[in-house]
Amino acid sequence: MTLFFEQCLNGLQFGLLLFLLAAGLTLVFGIMDLVNLAHGSLYMIGAYFAATFAAFTGSFLLGAALALAATLLVGMVLEVIVMRRLYGRDHLDHVLGTFGLILFFDELVRLIWGPAGLSLPLPSWLNSAVQVVPGVYYSAYKLSIIIVALAVAAFLYLLVMRTRIGMLIRAGASNREMVGALGINIKLLFTLVFGLGAALAGLAGLMQAPILTVQIGMGESILILAFVVTVIGGIGSIRGAFVAAIMVGFIDTLGRAYFTDILRLMFSKETAATAAPALSSMLIYLLMALVLIVRPTGLFPGNAK
Amino acid sequence: MAEALLQIGGLSKRFGGIIASDAITLEVPRGELHAIIGPNGAGKTTLIAQLSGQLTSDAGRVRFAGEDITELPMYQRSILGLARSFQITSLFLEFTALDNVALAVQSHAGHSFRFWRNARYERELIEPARAALRRVGLEARADWCASALSHGEHRQLELAMALASSPRMLLLDEPMAGMGPEESARMVKLLRELKGELTILLIEHDMEAVFALADRITVLVYGRVIASGRPEEIRANQQVRDAYLGEQEVAA
Amino acid sequence: MKGVLTPRRVVTAAFVIGLALLPLYVSLTGDRFALTLFTRIIILALAAVSLNLILGYGGMMSFGHAAYLGIGGYAVGILAHEGIGSGFIQWPVALATSGLFALVIGALSLRTRGVYFIMITLAFAQMAYYIVAGLARYGGDDGLTIYKRSEFAGLINLSNKTQFYYLCLALLFAMLYLVWRIVNSRFGMVIQGARLNDTRMRAIGFPTYRYKLTCFVIAGMMGGLAGALIANHTDFVSPAMMFWTRSGDLIVMVVLGGMGSLFGPVFGAVALLVLEEVLSGVTEYWQIILGPLLLLVVLFARGGIDGLLRSLDARLGRG
Repeated sequence: MTLFFEQCLNGLQFGLLLFLLAAGLTLVFGIMDLVNLAHGSLYMIGAYFAATFAAFTGSFLLGAALALAATLLVGMVLEVIVMRRLYGRDHLDHVLGTFGLILFFDELVRLIWGPAGLSLPLPSWLNSAVQVVPGVYYSAYKLSIIIVALAVAAFLYLLVMRTRIGMLIRAGASNREMVGALGINIKLLFTLVFGLGAALAGLAGLMQAPILTVQIGMGESILILAFVVTVIGGIGSIRGAFVAAIMVGFIDTLGRAYFTDILRLMFSKETAATAAPALSSMLIYLLMALVLIVRPTGLFPGNAK
Repeated sequence: MAEALLQIGGLSKRFGGIIASDAITLEVPRGELHAIIGPNGAGKTTLIAQLSGQLTSDAGRVRFAGEDITELPMYQRSILGLARSFQITSLFLEFTALDNVALAVQSHAGHSFRFWRNARYERELIEPARAALRRVGLEARADWCASALSHGEHRQLELAMALASSPRMLLLDEPMAGMGPEESARMVKLLRELKGELTILLIEHDMEAVFALADRITVLVYGRVIASGRPEEIRANQQVRDAYLGEQEVAA
Repeated sequence: MKGVLTPRRVVTAAFVIGLALLPLYVSLTGDRFALTLFTRIIILALAAVSLNLILGYGGMMSFGHAAYLGIGGYAVGILAHEGIGSGFIQWPVALATSGLFALVIGALSLRTRGVYFIMITLAFAQMAYYIVAGLARYGGDDGLTIYKRSEFAGLINLSNKTQFYYLCLALLFAMLYLVWRIVNSRFGMVIQGARLNDTRMRAIGFPTYRYKLTCFVIAGMMGGLAGALIANHTDFVSPAMMFWTRSGDLIVMVVLGGMGSLFGPVFGAVALLVLEEVLSGVTEYWQIILGPLLLLVVLFARGGIDGLLRSLDARLGRG
């Protein structure tokens, strides 16, 4: 039972990480109508920066803060130099152009940091287990991921729903010309929004770095999951991204953990062992297919195109 | 008395808080040219979209040639003989004018799961297409790329495509939009010729054309039918004059 | 005779002749590497031709096309592993399975539009990747070695590099011819019309979904054929063949060569792969150049190589 609870927490943690990634993706798509495949590259850059700065300063927190700032900067520079030229174009152009960026960033990282990948060790003060519920211990670090991500989610909610900037973001999503006509600097708004998306991706990247990986190409693998989450949640909806990310996080984590056992109930041990890994990876795609059959534009369509 | 070709009963459509169509009821007998007029935003194009199947209605039913077509998808209504032209030109701009019309012919000339023969040499498709172009006066432009045609020629092409499928009824959404006086006169002449052969539902702002062509007129304001009847009745109707005709120059 | 020898025709003819005579060049110079390289180029050109059918002509932005190559390749690999070495069985199975997969994915994806379609085709293809990577019996992540190439009862020896090259070339030309016929047929007009204006197509009476799905399946099967060829060429299949970035590579080839043109995908495949060879000779980090280059093509030369040739034609025609 405690193992199950732990797996649930893992599912939540993974889901929240996905949310951070998907939120940036869906935000940029919803407001600038931009499909950004290089979002995974920003995730990777966040992780690399964190590993480097943490090693340089000797402090995990300082390294993380610097990495966040650096990723935000990279994001904004990228927006000004490249993304601006892609707005308004066919989505295929976005896909191809940002695909080129993926190639570029992967190679740039390899040039600067080498092909081997880095490691970001857990700070000692987080490297312990915490008693979450009597009898159940959980990694303090993973717990802090959950807390931080929830805080960010709350912040995003407040930002989009309660502030003037958020109103502009929502207005921009539904009517770009109007917002521009109101005299608001649309260019600056877009740069900031893209920067926010980059920062979210970078945060996800640096947070998972101590427990998962810092290597070239890490963005490509998780990007697909972020896409699946965005599609299920409804492109352009942060609320949808949240709900979908949690769902995907749970189904994927619990699925991988228990699918073999579930299959063993019905089939032979051997069949279960062979089929389980392949089938459990399919689960979230099956979920996506199901959602799309019932609701072709996701759970919370909003202003999707 | 024969059943009217097109029967619309209580057709409604809302977009959030906006009522685009409000329980529209009207009938168009075979062979009639029925005009729909009304101020901008009255829901005229919405009505055409609902009739052609592009928009699903929230309430109401549509019967065409005795069949309830309310649930039918767009392409099936076209197969049944209900053809539509678009207010905002909607052509295949990269194709030639002939290609555009030939496609309209092709959709009603059997299935298109033919992978081998070159469609551009199929007489079955080309001849009716040329005939439709001739009908609207665009034959000289047959081999021109659609994107190279003038706006007025685009409107003619729209009509040619609607005619090419040998329809029983035409839904024409402002066919003369943006046309100069000469082109409009030619279009009116053409529509008058078509009147006997086809049933036509015509949306237009050009009042001269409307009163010259229409057998009956329905006036739509804010999605509601406020008057429907013969042109003389409509012209004399005070409500209509206040709501709409007062703004228009009408030859007495 | 000025009109006949336009730059575009000359270049196209040069490509065709060059590809046909390559083995001659190889036997004269002993440059066996060129034969291997160009065999791979031709196979990928075939894959690009199949993608061009749905992307260039049909306007369906499928980002999961590499999956069909993988499925075709694994059909050959798995059958070979299980002792079925006959190409007469392997290749039809490759076509059938990739076609079936395309049918399922297409049926679900084609109900969506725009960005959703891109992401969904991407996701389903990635799903295929994970399924195959999970098949421990057939190598999983490490891939599957193929010890004997497909056998065709002595008709042709695929282990003979020159024979294999000519087989691939013949299949490429056959597929090009097939695409040419399809695109100009009634079916092709519907597909292109749906690309230009899907709403209008439905308004004039075409149930576009079923035609697009059929096109999707045809392209999927062609991709499966390319996969069967790759399996024989590299004697190896792995899930990496199907990773979504490989679909990206295919899209790059199609766009670079000229989307929606007949020879474009061939130009694109040759250009991209030759460029890779050349650039990797210059620097280990050649993708740093390729990435921005791709971006520049997207921004400034959207018509690709074929587009450039056409504008060259036009300019010379006027002058």
